[in-house]
Amino acid sequence: MTLFYAMIALGSLALIFGLILGFAAVRFRVQSNPIVEQIDTILPQTQCGQCGYPGCRPYAEGIANGDEINKCPPGGDATVKKLADLMGVDAKPLAGGEQAEPIKTVAYIREDECIGCTKCIQACPVDAIVGATRQMHTVLIDECTGCDLCVEPCPVDCIDMLPVETTKQTWKWQLDAIPVTQID
Amino acid sequence: MEKLIAQIKQGKVWPFPGGIHPPGQKTISNTQAITRLPLPDKLIVPLKQHIGANGQLIVEKGQLVLKGQALTKPVANWSVPIHAPTSGTITDICQMPSAHPSALPELCVIIEPDGQDSWCVLAPVTTPSLLSHDQLINIIHDRGIAGMGGAGFPTYIKADSRKAIEYLIVNAVECEPYITADDVLMREHAAGIIAGIEIMQQLLTPTLTIVGIEDNKPEAIAAMQAAAEHNDKIIIQTVPTIYPSGGEKQLIKLLTNKEVPSGGIPADIGVLVQNVGTLFAVNQAVFEGKPLIERVITVTGNTIHKPGNVWALLGTEIKHLLDCQGFSPVPQQRVVMGGPMMGFTLPTVRIGVVKTTNCILAPDHDELADPGPEKACIRCSACADACPASLLPQQLQWFAKSKEYDKLKEHNLFDCIECGACAYVCPSEIPLVQYYRVAKVEIKEQQAEQVKAERAKERFELRKQRLEREQEARQNRHKRKPATEKSADEKQKIADALARVKNKPAKDDDKSAVAAAIARAKAKKQHQDTELEPDNSEVALERAARKEQARKYKEQKAASNTAAVPDDKKSAVAAAIARAKAKKAAASENESDNTTDAATDDKKAAVAAAIARAKAKKAAQAEPAASVENDSSESEVATASPADDKKAAVAAAIARAKAKKAAQAASVENDNSESEVATASPADDKKAAVAAAIARAKAKKAAQAASVENDNSESEVATASPADDKKAAVAAAIARAKAKKAAKAEQAASVENDNSESEAAPTAINEAEGKPEQTAQDKKKAAVAAAIARAKAKKLQQEGSDQ
Repeated sequence: MTLFYAMIALGSLALIFGLILGFAAVRFRVQSNPIVEQIDTILPQTQCGQCGYPGCRPYAEGIANGDEINKCPPGGDATVKKLADLMGVDAKPLAGGEQAEPIKTVAYIREDECIGCTKCIQACPVDAIVGATRQMHTVLIDECTGCDLCVEPCPVDCIDMLPVETTKQTWKWQLDAIPVTQID
Repeated sequence: MEKLIAQIKQGKVWPFPGGIHPPGQKTISNTQAITRLPLPDKLIVPLKQHIGANGQLIVEKGQLVLKGQALTKPVANWSVPIHAPTSGTITDICQMPSAHPSALPELCVIIEPDGQDSWCVLAPVTTPSLLSHDQLINIIHDRGIAGMGGAGFPTYIKADSRKAIEYLIVNAVECEPYITADDVLMREHAAGIIAGIEIMQQLLTPTLTIVGIEDNKPEAIAAMQAAAEHNDKIIIQTVPTIYPSGGEKQLIKLLTNKEVPSGGIPADIGVLVQNVGTLFAVNQAVFEGKPLIERVITVTGNTIHKPGNVWALLGTEIKHLLDCQGFSPVPQQRVVMGGPMMGFTLPTVRIGVVKTTNCILAPDHDELADPGPEKACIRCSACADACPASLLPQQLQWFAKSKEYDKLKEHNLFDCIECGACAYVCPSEIPLVQYYRVAKVEIKEQQAEQVKAERAKERFELRKQRLEREQEARQNRHKRKPATEKSADEKQKIADALARVKNKPAKDDDKSAVAAAIARAKAKKQHQDTELEPDNSEVALERAARKEQARKYKEQKAASNTAAVPDDKKSAVAAAIARAKAKKAAASENESDNTTDAATDDKKAAVAAAIARAKAKKAAQAEPAASVENDSSESEVATASPADDKKAAVAAAIARAKAKKAAQAASVENDNSESEVATASPADDKKAAVAAAIARAKAKKAAQAASVENDNSESEVATASPADDKKAAVAAAIARAKAKKAAKAEQAASVENDNSESEAAPTAINEAEGKPEQTAQDKKKAAVAAAIARAKAKKLQQEGSDQ
């Protein structure tokens, strides 16, 4: 009889917890893999495709599915480090011997050489190039992610990737400068 | 609060944590009155001398400007105009080194003074109390006033505070060593400063205005107290000399015991701080109408012969200031803009004075030694004791060195006012503030990048969506294309119908022919047009055409009915026609009725009946393809023709022509106009012949116009000469054969078209019915006809294969 009571008690407990868990599974369902979102926010969103994926989010999904974390040259070592922290893996040097501290660039169209072919407009992943057929094109510097994708399609090679200019807002004190001293 | 005001009025101050006591060095420069410099050779006026956006340039190179004339106009938020400091010529507008530790070039207007110093027209206000709030704000904005304490915050924004201001605090502390610009300004222009305070009081309506002055400036305190005597809402508060009591947050704490929340602004706690220099500029702007074009600058240091305060025009080169005051540089001379604590060493002295420049310090190596090499932190925590913001400077230093920006944010790096107290007390000579500044820029950059990444992501997503939409649109266009073709077909049909309708009323032969030609041409043109650019006007035209057609059809029907009655012989024929028409209109499903009716009549009636049958069938086969229609009507004609005379032959020919034309037109509706011509013709021989000729001609023309298939025109040639019985029979036979072939071809071709096939089946039956009748009456002719038909069929086949 005691055995019977124990079975009832445990069975009912199992049922109650099962119901709670089942309800929670439905109620608090997570639509997509949250790790993908987290990875995506770490990635620099240049949408350059240098990782081999068509954009940052696909690469985030790739990392979530076990791809390497060192395929993002625009992000540099900082991004790799953050990804390593997030994914709980060891940070690696960037694949392909890329620079650890990438220089930020923006595209610049030499406007008198532009023939207005619109090829760069089609290549730009963030619609940062404006222009029309047979009209000069130009880059919206504020929107340009420096992904280089417009350089390749240009038939007249009139697109340069220029380093972003330092302004008073982005200027930094040189702390590691060697002090100049005069020797008598 | 009452208690607090009472305490403030009693002169109570609440000390802030930390602070240092560096040697003041103020007596070097505050013993003389403010002097005015001679006009410099050139003025370099940067477009941006404040926090916020540049104004828009409204002058150009080579232009003559008057003193006080605006050089830029404010455009975006937080943009403040700049003005010409003296009259002269704009020699250049170019990038020049800026008054910034980096000396990064920025756009400057370079003015060569003409020595006249002639003012532009000023608009002074004598009684600002009569002006509205907005008018006063506009004056402050247009006169280009920005905070002169150091940050350069646009004053019009501060003065237009949306939040209720309880305490207006006037910062006259001037806590940094060496600087005495505010001190001497207060001594000389206390009344003007108080007038400026009163304008601010009018704008902000604070409960109390507190002027904080350090106790090392007794003369300034006395002057200010004397000037503010009439206004009991202004309290001149003496504060102890301690660095950095002139910091905004520190001064608020000192005077009101309130603390500005981290990341907040003083207005959040109902406090607003203005610098005395700014208030004097407000006074000048309102009462004298003068824009901010000059300011008091302390030129001091051991290398200066005549240290003191000068009124310097904005844009005056630092070199000019130094030269005027007598400057004998030492080797590796440093020239500092600002005080020794918060100022920065200028990379060059060819930089213009800006609105925020309060001091030029040219020290020798004894008074301001070069910083020694950085040594290791010994964790003495002297920096933490000195920090006026209660931060942990050594902690911040380590985080800054290891670039742990999250940690820096956690340790409230952004509450650091960069006063330099920590670095001043540091025994290891660590340039702490520099570390913080770099870290701050890094963090801001990261934040900006984060924002940019978000935008890029958003734009990328939107672009992806747009591309998907475009792809979909393209696919839809491909799907819709057959549909539009169909509608073009329909349009063609309608156009043909319209042409027929136009044909109809023209009973006159020539005219009708011409009209028909025109109509066809029009129809063609319309067809082309609709193909090229299907627009609404076309649709509207079609609708109108359809209506017109319907109306004319009705009229014509009524006319033919009434016209047929008076004629004796013709009456029967007309009756038959009418019956046939009636049947046709009812989509004539019962054909046997029709034939029995026709049998009772005379010869003409028989002909008419034949025609009627042909019509009826045509109507019955309205839906299927052209060839099916064609063969049925032809077979009917064939049945009728051998039994009759010339007229019958003519009628048959007409009928055939008609049928062909109908087939070519591929019209859904019956060919009304043609049928009219046909039915009219049997009544009179000659007329019939003429009509037949016309009909043939028309048919040919139509065939040529359409020129879709060769066999049509050939059949026309065949039917062109049925002048007598035999020929008629032969023609009939040919027609039959053709009809058969066409039927076969149609069956073969129209595998996909179920409708036409099902329609074609009854046609074949009809044909079969007609044939025995015909063969029984004339065997020879039939044989001949059959032979010809075979020959033709072969030819057709060849042509078909060629095609």
